[in-house]
Amino acid sequence: MGKTIFIVPFLISVGIFIYFAIPIVKKSDPRIIPSALLEKATPQHNLPPLLNTLPGIKKSDLKGEVRLVNFFSSWCGPCRMEHEILMRLSRRSDLSIYGINYKDMPSAAINWLNELGNPFTRIGMDPEGQVAIDWGVYGVPETYVVDRDGRIRHRHVGPLTERVLKQQINPLILTLRKP
Amino acid sequence: MIAELGHYTLILALITAFLQSSLTLIGAHKDDFVLMNMGKPAAIAQFVAIFISFCALTHAYVTSDFSVVNVAENSHSLKPMLYKISGVWGNHEGSMVLWVLILSFFGLTVALFGQNIPPTLRARVIGIQGLIGLSFLAFILFTSNPFSRLDPPPADGQDLNPLLQDPGLAFHPPMLYLGYVGFSVTFSFAVAALIEGKIAPAWARWVRPWALLAWTSLTAGITLGSWWAYYELGWGGWWYWDPVENASFMPWLAGTAFLHSAIVVEKRDALKSWTILLAILAFTLSLMGTFLVRSGILTSVHAFAVDPDRGLFILAILIFFVGGALILFAMRAPKMSLGGLFQPISREGGLVMNNLLLSVATATVFLGTLYPLFLDATTGQKVSVGPPFFNATFVPIMMLLLLLMAVGPMLSWRQADFRAAIVRLWFAALFSAGLSLVFWLYNLDKPVTPIIGFAIAGWLAGGTLKEFADRVAFLKISLKKSLARARGLPRSAHGMTLAHLGVAIFVCGASADSAWRTEVVINANTNDTISLAGYELMLENVEQLQGPNYKAERARIKVTKEGKEVAVLFPERRFYSVQQMLTTEAQIYSTFMADLYATIGEGNPKKGWVLRLWFNPLIPWIWSGCLLMVIGGLLSLSDRRLRIGAPKIHHQPSAREKDGYENG
Repeated sequence: MGKTIFIVPFLISVGIFIYFAIPIVKKSDPRIIPSALLEKATPQHNLPPLLNTLPGIKKSDLKGEVRLVNFFSSWCGPCRMEHEILMRLSRRSDLSIYGINYKDMPSAAINWLNELGNPFTRIGMDPEGQVAIDWGVYGVPETYVVDRDGRIRHRHVGPLTERVLKQQINPLILTLRKP
Repeated sequence: MIAELGHYTLILALITAFLQSSLTLIGAHKDDFVLMNMGKPAAIAQFVAIFISFCALTHAYVTSDFSVVNVAENSHSLKPMLYKISGVWGNHEGSMVLWVLILSFFGLTVALFGQNIPPTLRARVIGIQGLIGLSFLAFILFTSNPFSRLDPPPADGQDLNPLLQDPGLAFHPPMLYLGYVGFSVTFSFAVAALIEGKIAPAWARWVRPWALLAWTSLTAGITLGSWWAYYELGWGGWWYWDPVENASFMPWLAGTAFLHSAIVVEKRDALKSWTILLAILAFTLSLMGTFLVRSGILTSVHAFAVDPDRGLFILAILIFFVGGALILFAMRAPKMSLGGLFQPISREGGLVMNNLLLSVATATVFLGTLYPLFLDATTGQKVSVGPPFFNATFVPIMMLLLLLMAVGPMLSWRQADFRAAIVRLWFAALFSAGLSLVFWLYNLDKPVTPIIGFAIAGWLAGGTLKEFADRVAFLKISLKKSLARARGLPRSAHGMTLAHLGVAIFVCGASADSAWRTEVVINANTNDTISLAGYELMLENVEQLQGPNYKAERARIKVTKEGKEVAVLFPERRFYSVQQMLTTEAQIYSTFMADLYATIGEGNPKKGWVLRLWFNPLIPWIWSGCLLMVIGGLLSLSDRRLRIGAPKIHHQPSAREKDGYENG
């Protein structure tokens, strides 16, 4: 005890500052840092379906064509913001979007899709967020571009916007589709 | 031209902030009254300069001057006037200008109203306030100039995020900033006391008005934000443990702890270094609130700026002020003399418990908010922490705090008779049992868990009411005399009673909402009727509307109860064409006991529309409880003791002293 205890708050603050500084100094804004899995195959998983009418997602389902994989939750505000963009994307017949429902209650998620519309062709449930950790998801919403071989090629953190689609995702999809 | 004027006055403000801090701090060091007295004109000049700058920016928004980048990126000529104005602070640059405006305003109030504070201490407070202003003005001018021009100007702006176009949110940031920035004054007071190396009981009385103002504004600001989320985001909830919500909640918890420990300093000359630490902590967490939102570390609706340079700049500010203050603390606090001693069971002991629990609660929220970030920085592992974490950790701590809240005010200073206090709690127990029983009987068909919340809220309300009743000797003397006694009580005592009651009412609302809300999602056609919690809701029609900057589908839902029409609801689904964004505008029919909450989803006349309806019991109690806390804070703020600020001059033995209680 005595005097030394008074220096403890300062030491704690130093620790916290260092933690804060690391991502900034490394310029690794979590929105920009690519997933650790970039260019690698998607993790092994087998997600049960959310809806009776649509299948869940297995690892092998991600091969074959270029797709988007979107992590969403009914409790997530930014997900609501981007939903309209997903809806519009889904009306493009050439692109399929897979949804992974993150740490959600199935009933809430179904209500959400009923209310806002369903842009997904397959929806898997990840109630514990276990698969999301494997993908490197920091928080919802996150969207991944997966190529024909089932490898992750791009990660977008936060809600999709028209700008992101136009500048990053659409061009990438076009290049990935080239034989 | 006016934009350039704004830019120019912002630079002037930077210079006056420099003068304000250097002159007063040097003056206080050298005991030079001429220099110290420069604090007042400098504080006035700084405020006026920033005010002009703020007006210039507002002018650019009101006139839709799209040659200013900031306006072009965040406004639109078709936007309603209210949102043109609120657009000023709906973006990073503008909100920073508002931030420094409020900061300089607080510096000004110390210069103008701090007459009773000793000149050296006042000069140091104003000096440190100026120093904070200096760093943030530099931040604005070097990294986030709101007056940058665009050539050629675009034909129209990009509009403000539609979710932010809402009256609740128009006033949420100013209130929140008033709270955040208000804690800068308590911080300045704390650092000034550390520089002087001594802290007198009067210090707590001098700092109290600003602490109360900050706390009250923060309470109002958080409430407005939560209210906005409730009716604008359209999914029926009111608190999500979103990182940005937590960022505003943490300074609130620390500020609440500070308000209570400062009472011990004032009354008993004890807990001094702890109180200083809390003052530093409250402002640190306020700065982190700014930092978290702005550095882009946390992704959220609120994060409107992602820029590592800005993050680094704010981090530097944070390190300078917090690190500096804590080094001072490590050097000076050990020398501060220990004050009055007290027994564990005493008013002081109760307040220490209050402080411990609030601090642990703050730490919990802090960990829950930042742990994912820490883990990512150290191991690269990514996790997320959601509401389950907070329910498991924060809620039990708060339950303990609420239980003790009823007891604390009944203990006397120094050494309390615990048995006497326990005996006085019979009313709290009775009230608790009664309240939970009533709510249980009315909700037999629903989960019982909220009953725990009601029992605790009843205990708190009962204890608070009993304490007040004892003070005014309710039913022991004539009603008229009791009333006279109530009038004789200091306003801060009334403030405490109201604020604690507000907490109890809030807890009722939050508990009921946690498990008793009912929700119906249904695909309805016109003239379909849905029953929900005793109400009949009929979808009468859905019409297309053209708003100023959006298109909308609006449903007309007639609400009847037992055949009588009670309300008509008009939920909307809007499409904002400039931002290409869809929002749901919920409509709420509110009685004091519950909210009926309606939103409309996708649909068309053939298939019908998706209606989402909630019955949220006691939600209005959440807002009423918070409102009562705000009123309690304001009442306390108007206390004569604070306005005069000097020790009691006319000493008359008042009712409370005869009874042996002191006001809290």
